[in-house]
Amino acid sequence: MTTLTPDAPQAERATRTYPAYSRGPLARLLLNREAAVIVALVVVFVYALGNVQYFDGPLTVYNLLKEYAPILLMALPMTLIIITGEIDLSVASTLGASAAVTGVLVVDHDLSVPAAALVAIAVGALLGALNGFFVAYVGLPSLAVTIGSLALYRGLAEGLIQDKRISGFPGALRTWPTDRIGSTQYPNIVLVIIVLAVLFGLLLHFTSFGRSVFEIGLSDEAARFSGVNVARTKLILFTLSGAVAALAGVYVALKSNSVATDTGSGFELKVIAGVLLGGVSIFGGRGALHGVIAGVLLIAVLNSALQLDGQGSEVIQIIIGLLLVGSVIASNFLPRIRALLPRRAVSPEVTTKTPDNGDHTRKVAQ
Amino acid sequence: MRIHSTRFAAGAALALVATLGLAACGSSDDDGGSGGGGGDATTVTFLPKNLGNPYFETSDAGGKKAVEEFGGKYAEVGPDTAGPDAQVSYIDTAAAQGVNALVISANDPTALCDSLNAARDAGTKVVTFDSDTDPECRDLFINQATAEGIAKVQVDMIAEQIGDSGEIAILSAAANATNQNAWIDLIKSDLQANHPNIKLVDTVYGDDDDQTSFDKTAALLADHPNLKGIISPTTVGISAAARYLSTSAAKGKVALTGLGTPDQMRDYVKDGTVKEFALWNPEELGYLSAYAGKALADGDITGKQGDTFEAGDLGEFTVGEDSTVLLGDPFRFNAENIDQFHF
Repeated sequence: MTTLTPDAPQAERATRTYPAYSRGPLARLLLNREAAVIVALVVVFVYALGNVQYFDGPLTVYNLLKEYAPILLMALPMTLIIITGEIDLSVASTLGASAAVTGVLVVDHDLSVPAAALVAIAVGALLGALNGFFVAYVGLPSLAVTIGSLALYRGLAEGLIQDKRISGFPGALRTWPTDRIGSTQYPNIVLVIIVLAVLFGLLLHFTSFGRSVFEIGLSDEAARFSGVNVARTKLILFTLSGAVAALAGVYVALKSNSVATDTGSGFELKVIAGVLLGGVSIFGGRGALHGVIAGVLLIAVLNSALQLDGQGSEVIQIIIGLLLVGSVIASNFLPRIRALLPRRAVSPEVTTKTPDNGDHTRKVAQ
Repeated sequence: MRIHSTRFAAGAALALVATLGLAACGSSDDDGGSGGGGGDATTVTFLPKNLGNPYFETSDAGGKKAVEEFGGKYAEVGPDTAGPDAQVSYIDTAAAQGVNALVISANDPTALCDSLNAARDAGTKVVTFDSDTDPECRDLFINQATAEGIAKVQVDMIAEQIGDSGEIAILSAAANATNQNAWIDLIKSDLQANHPNIKLVDTVYGDDDDQTSFDKTAALLADHPNLKGIISPTTVGISAAARYLSTSAAKGKVALTGLGTPDQMRDYVKDGTVKEFALWNPEELGYLSAYAGKALADGDITGKQGDTFEAGDLGEFTVGEDSTVLLGDPFRFNAENIDQFHF
């Protein structure tokens, strides 16, 4: 993979000769996968506004944000985890377990919603930390660990609520997350998503912790030798993932006014699909948070537009599946295939590029 | 070289995304947005628990027949797997489309309420059938049979088949299926009150999945060697159980009854695995639901007790307590009559 880390100005100075950094700032801003996804999102949205009946109605944006809010939330920490080259398949089960905790505490034990939410988030963080411990300190592959905890945490939810279905959350707080902000089309949960997106964006792209996330994704070993505490970083990421999944669980419980053993099941695949579509490399080392947000929204908008257009769920799944496979191929494999092509396919300007001739390479980029 | 690669990837991803997106949206513009409102015709959208379930295919076909009779526009939408999360987005879509009537079998009695009420606020009439929501989230519930009637017919059938004594078990659908759990509770109290020698030893859940139900049947027989009968109040469960029993040593020894469809059960009735099972006519259920939706959409009824409306070939129906309309009593299918039914 390329080392297209959009992180450090210092790194840029040190690797000025590296082709990816020799383009001008504008080119770098526009010619990347995140930009492609954002453009695609805008294109699909605008196209749907003009061509899909009812898409411009007053409920469309509200409904898609309301339904994809838990996916957006869980995609934030998932982005960081996948950039380190790991994966967390247990998020939907963590969501289910914490929704069950919330339900049991609020409905069966008359705890207030905020207090129950705090307990649920603590439980989620604990479940995430357990994943993190096995991945980071025991050294097991995260795929295996979280497939196991996917079943385990779902089992916890079932143990907590058994065959019951918990409903009847009391009070005005119940509808707060899905109430509109003023008279806008945005539910209140969007505020929570924005705050967390900014926090995770700062963490990933503007801190040394974020740099170490990319370093680990490029090479665990190299990161370790350059002084990154790899194990602690992974533990923190999985803990954050559990906590955010739990927050999403509280949201789903309140939104539905109902918790059952299958609450949120299957969400993990939607989260991962959004992250990959957003330009994060499944091999680690590459990705950006704004791309992921656009990726999840692109799936949401496509889904909504196709449904409003009267498409069956099989058509929708096929299209979103093709989109995902196509974008993964495009962003992960085509560059490699191109790299194997004979050199004559390459523009001579690239091969004759001199280290400090910025103008020269910028011409190539345009 | 790297510059080229990255640009190519970005370009390819963009082209693909844009093309797919455009192609996808564009492809069906011709049918003018099926399922949408508009025009004078009454638009009725059916939202089953999940698509590809033969039971709902039959009921929705009945709905389609009714909608065509009264010259409305029919659509069927739904998720691939049964779950409230998946149904919500289809309710939201129907609301955005402004359909006149939404006919839904609910995967959860409360989880859909906010969305259903938003749809009603937007002017869509909501009719539930097969599986109800909380009464305040819909305009009308079309009840296939009373829960008491369904529980009673199943207890009666199993009692007759096992000689009113011995161990029985229940193979249900999902653990949180509203209707299943209501029936199971009534089956338990009926057994306790009227059949003291029948002992319910286990209740297992096949999640309305054929293979899971098949495996759970095998486990039931292994766990309870003295089992004399199984009640499966779900069409997926009873046919999977019958398939297991028909090839096992328990065939003809362990009685199986419950709720099934004639087409699914015909072979097992003929080969002696199953003596008798019950159901209503799902096609009539869908048919009645569609007419109820039209009556609500036209303003002929509001859903209050005592309202009456015409439902095509089925005649006149009266709205009962809790805005509920009753289709009728469950019907018993056996070797003598099964060939008269095809659904």
